[in-house]
Formats: sequence, C-alpha cells, structure tokens
Amino acid sequence: MSRRSDGNRAHARQQGDYRPSAAGAGDAVERRGPGGGQLGPLVRADGSREQGMVPPAEFRSYYGRQILKTPAWEDKIAYYFFAGGLSGGSALLAAGADLTGRPALRRGARVGGLAALAAGTYFLIADLGRPERFYRMLRVAKPTSPMSMGTWMLAGYGPAIGLAAAAELVPKRWQGTVPGRLVRVLARPAGLAAAALAPGVASYGAVLLSQTAVPAWNAAHEEMPFIFTASSAASAGGLGMIVAPVSEAAPARRLATYGAVVELAASQRLERRMGVVGEVYGTGPAARYLQRASAFTAAGVLGSVLLGRRSRIAAAASGLALLAGGLFERLGLLHAGIQSTEDPKYVVEPQRRRIAEHGPTRTH
Amino acid sequence: MADHHRVYGPETDPAGDSGYGPDHPPRKGFFTDTSICIGCKACEVACKQWNDVPDDGFDLLGMSYDNTGALGASTWRHVAFIEQPAAPQPEPVDLGMPGMRPPGAATGPEGREQFRWLMSSDVCKHCTHAGCLDVCPTGALFRTEFGTVVVQQDICNGCGYCVSGCPYGVIQRREGDGRAWKCTLCYDRLKDGLEPACAHACPTKSIQFGDLDELRERAGARVEQLHEQGVTEARLYGADPDDGVGGNGAFFLLLDEPEVYGFPPDPVVPTRDIRRMWTFAGLAAAALTAVAAAVFGGQG
Repeated sequence: MSRRSDGNRAHARQQGDYRPSAAGAGDAVERRGPGGGQLGPLVRADGSREQGMVPPAEFRSYYGRQILKTPAWEDKIAYYFFAGGLSGGSALLAAGADLTGRPALRRGARVGGLAALAAGTYFLIADLGRPERFYRMLRVAKPTSPMSMGTWMLAGYGPAIGLAAAAELVPKRWQGTVPGRLVRVLARPAGLAAAALAPGVASYGAVLLSQTAVPAWNAAHEEMPFIFTASSAASAGGLGMIVAPVSEAAPARRLATYGAVVELAASQRLERRMGVVGEVYGTGPAARYLQRASAFTAAGVLGSVLLGRRSRIAAAASGLALLAGGLFERLGLLHAGIQSTEDPKYVVEPQRRRIAEHGPTRTH
Repeated sequence: MADHHRVYGPETDPAGDSGYGPDHPPRKGFFTDTSICIGCKACEVACKQWNDVPDDGFDLLGMSYDNTGALGASTWRHVAFIEQPAAPQPEPVDLGMPGMRPPGAATGPEGREQFRWLMSSDVCKHCTHAGCLDVCPTGALFRTEFGTVVVQQDICNGCGYCVSGCPYGVIQRREGDGRAWKCTLCYDRLKDGLEPACAHACPTKSIQFGDLDELRERAGARVEQLHEQGVTEARLYGADPDDGVGGNGAFFLLLDEPEVYGFPPDPVVPTRDIRRMWTFAGLAAAALTAVAAAVFGGQG
C-alpha cells in the first residue's frame, strides 16, 4: 500500500482548537510543552486562558497524521553503511599494514575490505526502487547531492581496493605471468589510493542522512560524521583482530579502541543535545538497536584491551563484538530517523520553538 | 556547473539559474485560497484523470470527510477537512416533540453548537529551493522552464533520497512501481498553454493558476480584504520569497496555523546546511586519517 506507514492516529489527538469568542467554549485541549509532556489544559473550564511563565508551545497537527514521508530506505541501507564503513576502515588498516610490513594484517584487511564493499554494493543496489537502473547514478555528478558525491567516491574507491585485494588473491602459478606481476606491482599504489578515498567513503553517509528533512538525522549533523567514521574504525579494527595474528594486530586493536571510545562519546552527546527529537533515540526499535550497539562495542573494546594481546580467540571474539556493535549502530541511526518522521510533533515542536526563539527562518 | 546556481538564499529566477535562456516563460504557480474552498475534491479527481494517477486505496480514515489522508506517490492533490468543534453545550437541551424547524432554531444562534470547517487543497509546493531536486543523484528531478519541479520517470531509479529531502512530505516512492512520483504542475498542459487540470476543475477558483508574481500580488490583496472583513486569522503560507525554501511556487491562504492543515510551520530546505555538514564530515574524515596513521606509530 502506498500509505503503509502514514501515521493514522485519527483518534489519538484532537486537531486544532477553534474557539469562537462566545464564552462557554471551555473544552480543555491537550497542551504539549517543548519536552512533549503534557503541561496541563490550555483553557480552563471557565474559558479563561492559563497564564504560564513560558509562552505555550502548543502542539497542533492535522488529526495527528504525520507530516513528513517515512524514509523509503529499509534495513538494507543500514547494512550498506556498515559494510561501506568497514571497507573504508579496512583500506586504511591495509595501507598501514602494507607500509609497516604486516603481511597478514595487510592481506586480511585488503580482502576483507573488498568483500565488505561487494556486500555493501549489493545492499545499496537492492534498496533501490528500480535496482536495474542503478547505473543512472553515473549520469550526473551533483555536488548538492551527497548520494551523487558518494557514488563517485565509490566509483574511484571500488577499483582501487579491488586491485589491492586482487594482488592478495592471485594464485601462485599465475604470479610469474605478466598480469600477475602487474597486479602485484600496482597493489601498493592502488591500496594507497583506496586509503586516500576511504575516509570519504566512511563519512559521506552521515552527510547523506543529515541533508534530509528527517528531524533526527538533520539535527544530528554535527555528531553523525564522527559516529560514522569512529564506527568504521571500530569495525575495521575488529576485522583486523579476526584476520591477523595477535603479533601483527596491535594497530587494529588501537584503531578499534579509538573508534569505540569516540563512537560511544559522540552517541552520548547526540542523545543529550537533541531536545525533543532526541526522544526517538531512546524509544522503539532505535533504542533497542542503539543499546545493543553500545553493549557490543563496549564489550568488544574491553575484550580487546584486556585479552586482545594474549589470546587469538579472545581477540577474534572481541572483533566480532565490535562488528556487531557497528552494525547495530547503523540500524539504530536508521530507525531513529524513521521514527522521527512518524510523529508530527518532531516536525512541529522544533520548528515552533525556533519561531518562538528566533522568528521564522529568513534567507537573509 | 553554474556558479550562480544557488542552493539557498535570495533567488528570483530559478528557471534562469537552472540554465534556461532569458526568453524562458515567467515562473508559473498556484495560489490556493482555502477561504473559498468548498471541499468538493474536483481537483483530486481532475488530477487523477488527467495524469492517469493510479488508485491509492479506498481507506476510510474515520477522522473527517477526508479519506485521502495525505499527498503521496499516487495523490497529487489532497483536500484536507478540518472540523474544529467547540465544547458540547453545558445544559442538556430538551428535544421535545419533533418539529418542522431546524435543530437549534428555538434557542437562537447562540445556542447552536459552534464549529467551523476548514478545507484546503494541498499540492506539491514547487519550491524555489527544492530539497527533492537538490538531493536527486540521477538528475531525474529537474527544474522546468516554468520554474516548476518535475520527475523524469524514464530516468528515476527509485533511490528514495527525494522522499526524505522534501520538508513537506510530498514526494513518495510508489509501491509496486519503485519510482518517485509527485505533482508535475501539469507540465504537459503548460507546454500547450493550458492551465493545470486541478485549477481548471476548481469551481470556486480556490485554486488559481498563473504567473507567480501576479499571484503573489493577488494573494496579498485578498488577505487585506479578508482582514478588513474581520477575518483576522487569514494569512499566507509559502508566499514569502525570503522563507526557508525561498518561497513556494504553490502557496496558500490559510485561516489557521499551518500545522493544523498538516503543513510544517517553518520549513527549511535541508540543502541550506550543506557546507556545514560537509565541514563536519571533513573533520571526521581527517580525524580518521590521522588516527589510522597514528595507530601504526606505536610499539607492537
């Protein structure tokens, strides 16, 4: 159905209250304060208006129906953001491992980075309404569209990480052939090119989500890029701890620790700073995903710090926990945005507050 | 990429700044005067018929005479019905014997239940700074020579970005089709010098089509007229070229706050903050690069 998720809360709230000047219009309507809580009746039974210290942030809507459309994106887009971030972080780790002589870490991060990118690309295309038209993204390069910018970054990043990973996958008997040697020679420049584009690949998704009218994403534009890149670092560090022996994995452990700490801190700041829209990060599926994200990320980083140097098995388990944390983080952010479109108060209340504090938005 | 193409700020000629020559037609739009809308829904029907918009479901929403609900992929005009009741009368009324007179006639006007209906035909706003158009990664959404915003259905790949780029909740991906759809302001009719189907069908001229400059003047005069008549709650919505989307190509005269009609009270095109957003992303990316380099610096 085209209206599958238009909030139909016809009976949940009464819409606008029109009061003719005649006395006796004494129905008490619900008034909602900036925090969304009920502050008591706006109009008393005798019709007199309540005098408050704060100008009333009266919440009205069209029969409680949602104003914005629910985002078209499903969980697949969260899988993509996770896989793309993992790939980008891995490309950075692979380049460092290449330059510092850590062959196992380099090999695992390159191949893992390519596999993550391949999976991410699948989810990205599968989430289109017309997947067979995915190449239409390459018709234009449009600076105002973060999705267009991301597409072109991926168009450069994909072949680079692909070439670097291919060098790791050339079978022994082909290594002496001309193509085999060429791939091995090009592996390092390709890996460095991938690493140069990787921070963009890991962070543009945050701009993509924030440059929307979706309240929970738009208002989070300061923290979201840090959550994205930190989460990529944590995930890539986790992957490095899985694929490389303990003796080579020290940079992976450090990257994971940085990522986890920044991710947890940025998430905390986000939820505190957001006002009424912040509610969505603490309710429904978003809250469940984000709680799991924090739990897995914290467990992963603790395991890594305490046991990561001693046991390969403990390191791999910590790495898996970090990967799970990264995936839940993206699912949580996706659902927070979806939830913030489903109740008109997340549109009306922040805008009314803005009008009350600064007047209506003006271009100049 | 033309430097003068603005994503935010003053913009008097969106078609010209999108690359149309100086002889492009003047910007077209709608002025929907809801004070004379009678809720007949002729606009909804005419739009469906002309544009061959498919069925959007037969849902009884149980809230008012509005069973359309909202704009969407298959609803390009939507008539809102707002019934604003007052309190039930404080004393019970003796119904007495059935009579010939209308209810309430015995007690006079002051004894009747007080309420009013607001009716309003909503449509795509064809923003000066259109969020849907800015974020579209395929170029399927484009600015026409009339300054309107239209989806090219042979290009759209259903990425869904426009759906979340719109601060009004207008454009939507159609289930089963996969592409994004919305009002075209009857681009085909405009090309042939006709007015859009909804405006043509409107029996009260609540929906007025024309050159945007002229419509804005007409709307300003109408508000003044209503204010003189004592309808002090009349106000324009989307007519101000200085608002968060640079003004709407389709704007409204309302008799209550915008949110009562399902409009956002202070919409802003998400592209406004594009530099700030990329700046934060750049900082985060730089931090990631620095950390990735630093983690290889230590022992082990």
